[in-house]
Amino acid sequence: MKAWVWALIALVALLLLNAATTSGFFAIKMVDGHLYGSLVDIFQHAAPVIIVGLGMTLVIATGGVDLSVGAVVAIAGTLAALLIGKGFALATVLTAVLATGLALGLVNGLLVSVGRIQPIVATLILMVAGRGVAQLLSDGQILTFTNPGLVFFGNGHILGLPFALWIVALLLLLMSLFTRGTAFGMFVETVGDNPVAARFTGIDARGVLLTVYTVTGLCAAVAGLVIAGQTNAADANNAGLYLELDAILSVVLGGTALTGGRFTLVGTLLGALVLQTLTTTILTKGVAVELTLVVKAAVVLAVCLIQSPEFRVHVFRKRPA
Amino acid sequence: MDLAMSLLEARGLSKSYGNVRALEDVDLELEAGEIHALMGENGAGKSTLIKLLSGAELRDGGIMRMVGAEVNPRDPLDAQALGISTVYQEINLVPTLSVEENLFLGRYPQRLGRIDWKEVNRRAAKALAKLDLQIDPRTLVAELPIALQQLVAIARALDIRAKVLILDEPTSSLDAAEVARMFELLRQLRREGLGILFVTHFLDQVYTISDRVTVLRNGRLVGTHKTSELPRLSLVAAMLGRNESDVSQELTGRPTNALGEQSLVAKGLGLRGTVEPFDLALHRGEVVGLAGLLGSGRTEQARLLFSLDHPDRGVVELQDGTRPKTPRQSLRAGVGLVPEDRKKEGLALNLSVRENIVLALQAKRGWLRRLPRREQEAIVERYIQALNIRTPSPETPVGRLSGGNQQKVVLARWLAVQPNVLILDEPTRGVDVGAKQEIERLIAGLRDEGLAILLIATEIEDVARQSHRVIVLRDGRQIGELVGEEAQPSRIMQLISGDTA
Repeated sequence: MKAWVWALIALVALLLLNAATTSGFFAIKMVDGHLYGSLVDIFQHAAPVIIVGLGMTLVIATGGVDLSVGAVVAIAGTLAALLIGKGFALATVLTAVLATGLALGLVNGLLVSVGRIQPIVATLILMVAGRGVAQLLSDGQILTFTNPGLVFFGNGHILGLPFALWIVALLLLLMSLFTRGTAFGMFVETVGDNPVAARFTGIDARGVLLTVYTVTGLCAAVAGLVIAGQTNAADANNAGLYLELDAILSVVLGGTALTGGRFTLVGTLLGALVLQTLTTTILTKGVAVELTLVVKAAVVLAVCLIQSPEFRVHVFRKRPA
Repeated sequence: MDLAMSLLEARGLSKSYGNVRALEDVDLELEAGEIHALMGENGAGKSTLIKLLSGAELRDGGIMRMVGAEVNPRDPLDAQALGISTVYQEINLVPTLSVEENLFLGRYPQRLGRIDWKEVNRRAAKALAKLDLQIDPRTLVAELPIALQQLVAIARALDIRAKVLILDEPTSSLDAAEVARMFELLRQLRREGLGILFVTHFLDQVYTISDRVTVLRNGRLVGTHKTSELPRLSLVAAMLGRNESDVSQELTGRPTNALGEQSLVAKGLGLRGTVEPFDLALHRGEVVGLAGLLGSGRTEQARLLFSLDHPDRGVVELQDGTRPKTPRQSLRAGVGLVPEDRKKEGLALNLSVRENIVLALQAKRGWLRRLPRREQEAIVERYIQALNIRTPSPETPVGRLSGGNQQKVVLARWLAVQPNVLILDEPTRGVDVGAKQEIERLIAGLRDEGLAILLIATEIEDVARQSHRVIVLRDGRQIGELVGEEAQPSRIMQLISGDTA
């Protein structure tokens, strides 16, 4: 059975719950050549978490974690707003932002693979320092912009669908090809499952680690562009705040274990959708704001427990009296 | 009519993990004022026995008595309360706390509900003085050399009013002077009436300090002997599971095929503290055996040859002149290593049989040149057939296979690479008799195809039977080489034991 089945079941259940209680939940309207509807909204809002989550999936599959993605999102957004404000061409800005994300990811990768620092500590450095750098860059101000190119990342549409969705689809395709079309995915899973055996087998574990953190840095930069585009602004203080936690949660909900080894990119996509659907549901159902996080936590806990074979055995197996 | 009841007596101790019997029906008696050595090779059951005695694990069967009264330690604390203290190989002190804090961790003397630090200091000083240790009790443990940490651990064990002291390889990381100092301490404790159970790999130490020695093998008791009455050769024979009558038995029918040119040469390869510099040449079609006890440096030599460890002197050179520096370069240069511990070092247990088999070949090709799925399946099918790997499907996680079939998967992985040199570290350990024969036949087949094979095995008969020549190791050094018919188990054991007779 695929690891992401539980996330799929949870997603379908949540959607059906919404459909049963909110009339026209699945309705999708065409307005000005753009598709609108709850489903599109959910996808649109989940996009940053999915994008970061795809990279995070690989990091977690190696047995690591990347806490710095939220800070990289903040840096990317701030840098984009800053450079566009200084009159640089869009292509230059995008190149600079993506290169920065790549470089930051590489630093994480070097700390983990060459520096042999525990991933949680290594990426914590950038998580804290990165947001500080973003705040320095922006002088603590929210930088707004009107450049249509940048805005397009958050609000643009192609063939009626939000541009962010296209980014998600493209990234999922590229990452799937990158990991499963080559042997990279198998090496990632081996390093995560048994790093010692990977070394004994002649796998370049260092290169694998370096790559997954770099890819994640790049993903975070892309997510930074999307988030900035959605708000027409770069907020160094709040952009991407707690995004790392949502991304990690999506990965786990999707069926990739935090202990490393087997991973599933589709699962992470589903996991992020479950999270976002849950948030949307809570908001539309008018659950008291104070309760939203608790409700979210309860559902997440339930999905995590149901994924555990040990738990299922304990709870569902009929024991002889 | 137990005139003198033993300080600690164990009868018929048994322990299984899953369906693996780690210890079966083992007896042990430890007297007051005795130093008792416990010996055995890998998997003999030493650590299991210690864990049962020290309460770290619960026994499945058997009985334990202290001075005649039955005891059932539920956990290490309980065992300590009964007077059984254990010092493990990995020192279990908290390095960031001071010596005195470590000595009284979990049982600080208290006054008015608060820790009485004056009393802690006073008693710590006393405990250290008793062992003649010149250490300030306020020093951080991390700042002490390993040897002193080991002694502090013993001081801690003793201060719990121990009657029985169990030491699990206490000397493995100590140099000669430090070992001498520890032995001085053990003798003092023996005079004070403690019973000491002492695990070691070193024959010399057994004869230096122990009064009696108990030998385990494959989870069973081989025997307990007065050390002074047990010749070294008999001790080695007991550990390796041979009768002394076998010792004289001649072994014939070893490989006689012709050898080709050199495939791998090691010159002056060494790593300080583990492997003395050694030379080695492996030829095409040759099987060279490495014999020696656990800790003799056989696995360490293999690690150097495969570039898993960086030697601090010497080189490994392949036939084509390459000198690999990393496992990956070794792999690309045509060297393979089937490691000693297949679960820790060999397999990715949650990945499938297919993935585990193609892993090394894929690593050799690099991540970009992925083996097409169909080719993977063809390779896997071929090796499942050739090695008779019993698995429900190629997609079954390898962790679900039996030990013998797991071992064959690791072998298949390396055969798929088609190496020129194959290092086999205990290729038949823990596999059943049928699988063992299959693996041995396979080794012979590879040899005839022109592979150069380095074979490491605890069972010296296995080594002797399959090898053109056998190199004998002791204490990290090559102490002899026996060629052809010379390589009789009896000769090998003599060399291992250091008996000149």
